[in-house]
Amino acid sequence: MTPSSAPAAGKPPPDARLGRDPAGMPALSIDTVSHSYGPRRALTDVSFAVAPASFTALLGLNGAGKSTLFSLITRLYGIQAGRISIFGHDIRAAPGEALRLLGVVFQPRTLDLDLSVQQNLLYHAALHGIARGEARMRGDEMLARLGLADRAASKVRDLSGGQMRRLEIARALLHRPRLLLLDEATVGLDVKARADILDHVRQLVTEQGIGVLWATHLFDEIKPNDDLVVLHQGRVLAHGEVTRVTAEAGAQDIHAAFMRLTGAAAEFGRAVP
Amino acid sequence: MSTTIVGQHRSGFSLAQYVTCLNGIVWREALRFLHQRERFVSALVRPLVWLFIFAVGFRQVLGVSIVPPYETYILYEVYIAPGLMAMIQLFNGMQSSLSMVYDREMGNMRTLLVSPLPRWYLLFCKLVAGTAVSLLQVYAFLLIAWFWDIAPPPIGYLTVLPALILSGLMLGALGMLISSGIKQLENFAGVMNFVIFPMFFASSALYPLWRVQEGSPLLYYICLFNPFTHAVELTRFALYGQINSIALTVVGGCTAVFMIGAIYAYDPSRGLTRHGPAGGET
Repeated sequence: MTPSSAPAAGKPPPDARLGRDPAGMPALSIDTVSHSYGPRRALTDVSFAVAPASFTALLGLNGAGKSTLFSLITRLYGIQAGRISIFGHDIRAAPGEALRLLGVVFQPRTLDLDLSVQQNLLYHAALHGIARGEARMRGDEMLARLGLADRAASKVRDLSGGQMRRLEIARALLHRPRLLLLDEATVGLDVKARADILDHVRQLVTEQGIGVLWATHLFDEIKPNDDLVVLHQGRVLAHGEVTRVTAEAGAQDIHAAFMRLTGAAAEFGRAVP
Repeated sequence: MSTTIVGQHRSGFSLAQYVTCLNGIVWREALRFLHQRERFVSALVRPLVWLFIFAVGFRQVLGVSIVPPYETYILYEVYIAPGLMAMIQLFNGMQSSLSMVYDREMGNMRTLLVSPLPRWYLLFCKLVAGTAVSLLQVYAFLLIAWFWDIAPPPIGYLTVLPALILSGLMLGALGMLISSGIKQLENFAGVMNFVIFPMFFASSALYPLWRVQEGSPLLYYICLFNPFTHAVELTRFALYGQINSIALTVVGGCTAVFMIGAIYAYDPSRGLTRHGPAGGET
């Protein structure tokens, strides 16, 4: 199996699916990105793209480099090598234009526990320059969509884990981004909450044309027609539609394919001094 | 869910969007302050203990001669009042930086830093928000002090405002700069020992500098180089409707330097990067 940066053959291009981005601009483009923490290499020449209106799963074990990659995409860390762009806006050269198109749900909770649900949304809206009246309207709409309308006045501290995640998704969508990043968004949730959140995110792709990058280490969150990026020890081992990645790895399913790919990576690691 | 959220995105940000962002950050800081009533109480109790106990005890020991901006002999309580106002701002500045370290550990800081508005502006808004909170505390202190016969000229309550804003910005920027170098919340106790106490005691907050010079010329020069001394003097003169130009220059200059340093330190390629990802994340 060789790493591939091209989308799987046979999949309709994004503009054909939803009539958007006729120029073929990827929602997210990551080009030979490397990152180190001192002597420790976290990412090595990572390259792949996320199409608009697509669900791309970023699959990797703990320590694979997923969160580092998210921190680079969101500009929390400076890019040491390579290039990242969102709908053609280079995150280094035009961070404002890039970040306004991006919604993100980080792995750790980033809500203000002492504020109410609505206050958290209003704060986020203000950080995007959205006026109070408009923010209230959008917030109410988001909360209704995510089944949190009756919790608008509740302190975030009083919400369940699943409700907090839904609130974070509502918040990430408040400024109407075109690309949504979710870093292990279902960790720590029960089965139903996980399924609900995953379903909702998939709906965003099909109904609203948002490009989604979903970082996970859980195989059952990935569907056969999803795009898949396998990240292992900071390297992209495979990229393409799940069925193609599985076939090229000579495996029956994604779990077996992942094991085969990462096993090969371990051998590769031993071969390189 | 039939409406598309692929909206029209204009390039750049309007002035109204910048103002909305500033309002939002100040509003959030004020809400957090109001939710933490203990913080408000302790912010007031600290200077009031100095005023009601320390100042009374030392009234007979520490004589204060007529020094500008005072035109007559004054009580020791009157002398230290501006120092205590600056102390409130010093503690508030450090408290704000503590909350930034907390936000960074808890992940809230990410919400701020992934905003599309320029990062320098977001940090400036944080600074303004912290200063606004410190103003509430200082004026609450002045109100209580008024009942203790510490009553500057009525116009002084107004003329001291710009000085308080500038001092608050300087001390907040210093706190922000310090917070950028602190990796964990536990390390913040060191700030108390190595920043707050030395800055407060090696200043003109509790005793006039001529008194310090008599006791120790070295300490006198240390006090002179301490920006907090100049924040105290700027506040003291402004409270009596006067401008101390040296203090104004030093405080203005230090505000700019600390602010630039804080923005530099929170730059993604320099600030958070060296800390690596939070525990459990890679």
